Formats: sequence, C-alpha cells, structure tokens
Amino acid sequence: MAKFFALTIIVIAIASAVPVVMHTWVAPADISTHGHLIDEQMSETMIEAGVSFLAAQIILAIFIWQFSNRGPDAKTKTFPGGAKGLVIAALLLVGAEVLALGVFGVKAWADVYLTPPSATALPIQVQAGQFAFYFRYPGPDKRFGPLHPELINEPNQNYFGLDPEHDLDSRDDIVAAEMAIPVNKEIHLLMHAKDVGHSFFVRELRVQQDFVPGLDVSLHFTATKVGKYEIVCTQLCGLGHYNMKAYLYVLSEADFDGWLKKEAAMQ
Amino acid sequence: MKTKPGYAAVLAVLAASTIAFAGPSGGSISGKVTYEGTPARQKPIDMSKEPGCAAQHATPITTETVVVGPGNALVNVVVYISAGAPDESTPPAQAVTIVQKGCQYLPHVVPMVVNQELKVVNDDANSHNIHPLAKINNEWNKSQPPGTPPFSEKFGKPEFIPVKCNIHPWMHSSFAVLKNSHYAVSGGDGGFTLPNLPPGKYTVTAWHESYGDQTQDVTISGNETKTISFVFKAKPY
Repeated sequence: MAKFFALTIIVIAIASAVPVVMHTWVAPADISTHGHLIDEQMSETMIEAGVSFLAAQIILAIFIWQFSNRGPDAKTKTFPGGAKGLVIAALLLVGAEVLALGVFGVKAWADVYLTPPSATALPIQVQAGQFAFYFRYPGPDKRFGPLHPELINEPNQNYFGLDPEHDLDSRDDIVAAEMAIPVNKEIHLLMHAKDVGHSFFVRELRVQQDFVPGLDVSLHFTATKVGKYEIVCTQLCGLGHYNMKAYLYVLSEADFDGWLKKEAAMQ
Repeated sequence: MKTKPGYAAVLAVLAASTIAFAGPSGGSISGKVTYEGTPARQKPIDMSKEPGCAAQHATPITTETVVVGPGNALVNVVVYISAGAPDESTPPAQAVTIVQKGCQYLPHVVPMVVNQELKVVNDDANSHNIHPLAKINNEWNKSQPPGTPPFSEKFGKPEFIPVKCNIHPWMHSSFAVLKNSHYAVSGGDGGFTLPNLPPGKYTVTAWHESYGDQTQDVTISGNETKTISFVFKAKPY
C-alpha cells in the first residue's frame, strides 16, 4: 500500500510538471518593450520552483518507499545534528532561493517600475472607479486641469471632477471610456482610484499594477504591436468587478491622431 | 303639477352629484417650461464596455441632465401641486414602471405617489443594479441579472431621489415621489397640463434635476384653465 502511495506521488508530480515543461498554457504574445524581462523572470521562477517541487516530491516518495512497512521494533533514525540543524539548513536553502529570485528580478521590476519615464512620454491619466475605467488626455495645451473630487458628476459624465468653467487647463482635456495609444511611443500612465482598490491589467503588455486610493501611482511602458487588447480589473473591487473592463487600442501614429480628434469633438 | 318633496330631494342630490363629478374634471393648469441662456452640452455616452448595450444604439445616446426641445423648451421637468391639494392616503392602483433597456433608464424621470407600486424591469441581456440614492426614504440597491422577472418597490415619503446603476456609471434617472397624483412631466415641447383640479388655491412647483425648483401660486375658480409658465436659467457648465 505504501509503495503504491509513493508511486502515486511520483505520477501526480510528473503529470503536473508536464504541461509546464511542454508550454501547454502559454501567455499571449508580448507586445511591450519590457515584457521579455517579465517572461524571462517568470520562466526562471518556474524552473527554480518546478525543480524544487519535483525534488521534494521525489524525495518524499523515496522515503515512503524505503521506510514504510517497518516492524514495530525498528529504530527511529534522526537527522544528523537534530531538528535544529534541519531547520537552519531549510531556512538557508529557501532564503537563498528567494533572495536569488529577488536579485535576478530587479531587472524585470525595479528597472521598469522605479525609473522615470522619458521626457517625451505621452501622459495619460486613468481613473478607476466602481466599475469602469476612464482615461484622460491632456489636449493641445499638454496640461491636465486640476481635479476637484467634489465635482465628480457621473450623470453628466464628469468622471474626473473637472471644472472647465474655472480651470482653463481642463477645457481641452479629453476624457474617454476606452484607451488608445500610439504604437512604439512611451506612455506615462498616471493612475488614480476614485473609491476602492482596483488594478490595471493588460496581459499582452505584461503590465499589472494596483490602484491604491489616496496614492498617485504611475508607470510607463511602450507597446510595439498594433491591435485591440482588453484592460481588466484584477483586484476584487465589489459587486460589478466581473464587468470592470475597458479596451486598449494600440494604433499607428496617424490613426491615434484621428482617434484623439474624434474624441475631442465629443467632449 | 304637484311635485313630491321626496323627488325634489333626489333631484337635488343628483344635480349636486353631477356638479361634484364635474368638479374634478373642471379646472386645470397648463403651460410651458422653457430655459434662457445656454444649457450644458450633452455628451455622447461610450458604452463599449457593455457591447450588448452599445449595439442597441445606432448612434450613441447622450447624457440627459438637460434635455431641451425646439423654442427653448425644457423637457423632463416635473410639474406638480406642492400645496393646496390633499395628500393621497391611498396610492393609485396602477404601478409606475422603469425599464432598463440599452443601458439606459426609460423613462428618464419617473414621478409617482407615496406608497405607489414601482415596477423595475430589466430588458437587457446583461445585469443591472438599480440604486436609488434616497436620503429621506430607505436607500437600497438591487441586482437584476438578465431574464429575472420585474420586482416591485415603493417609497413611503415624498422625496426627489437620484437613481444610478452600480454596474454602469453612465446610467442615471430620477424618482419623484409626490404627495398626490396632480403631476405632469414636461414633454418634448416643454408643455404640461395638470387636469382635474377642483376650485382652490394651489402652489405649483416645477422641478428639474439640474436646475432645481421654482414655485408659483395659482387660484382656480370654477372650470377655468389657468396658463402659467416656468423659465429656468441655463448654464453652459
């Protein structure tokens, strides 16, 4: 019975590793300049965690195979150095693994998230609120008007709380329910939550960042492939969370200018 | 010819009741609601996150915070008797209905009498969550997945209640819970009529969701029709 159990562990461990090794469920093609770093990091993590997982399962199976079915008089062996040595060895091993992932992950995370965008990046503000995203472009003056949360008026589509009557900078701001960006141009995304925590996730862009109420979070990225992609909220934000999405259109420079003109005319 | 006193009494009662019946259909107040100035531009609504709704509108619908008609007509103004008519303790038996269709509330303004049945219908193939932001009445919100039967609610106190959908931020309506059924909503030409008013002194109030309210005192004698008008000041922002 114990030998059957040991074999079952081996079979389950190998069966769960097969789809990962065979790349059965692959991420959609990356469309960003930084995405390959994320993919490499994911792949390194999967290899490291996968090898550890398989090793642990195989060792477990060997021990079950070897030491089961022993008589009641069999002597119990102890780990050299006792339990203390075992715990320290495990901490060092796991600690080194996590530290290594963190060190190698710096290039995929800190170098992308913690560096300022270039001066020519196109600023776009995204506001997340239950349960929709809205996007604001600065208009021809290249300046965003200030926000007045008390003026937020959804019936009138004033989702950001703009005051065009008094703020000249707000008059040419363009607010849209979909996000369009020019291809191969760096985007500086200024993230703002209206109510609770949300998240901005575009699989193809390899961008997933939480909105935190009260914090101005920003990130920057460059999309390299024209197309239509889905932006979804991946932070459970309430009743309508399942329906909180918008579309990202990566357009050629000319198409983007046309889109911006069309949106400006609808303000 | 000798008339029996009994007959005379019956005739008198009949005559009086005829007058009494004539009373409610007698006086009326009608008129027009207009605006002066420049009203805020109504913006097209982007429903791309709910494709099933977007597909129902050949051209995008616009916001409805200020709906106007030809000749400076102001539409969706609730005109009602705010004083002078008795409160109706028994609400009308007929329910009022609000329909969610194409991610829009139809009608945009829903007047009703205190305790009158309000029927909420979801005509869309997606969920809605109707949320009247009541301050005097109890606030509630109810989810209505597609295909679920209509449900009924009522409000026990007079109040103007903004209504939103918790799933679709652009959806907006107003409930006007009134003390009596002497009300009208100004139509496409800004016109309204309050019929069936017995003689008396009335205060007529006109309420608009963006421009607030105005009142006028009107005295009705006999079967006359009084004409009044309301003019609201429109602002571009």
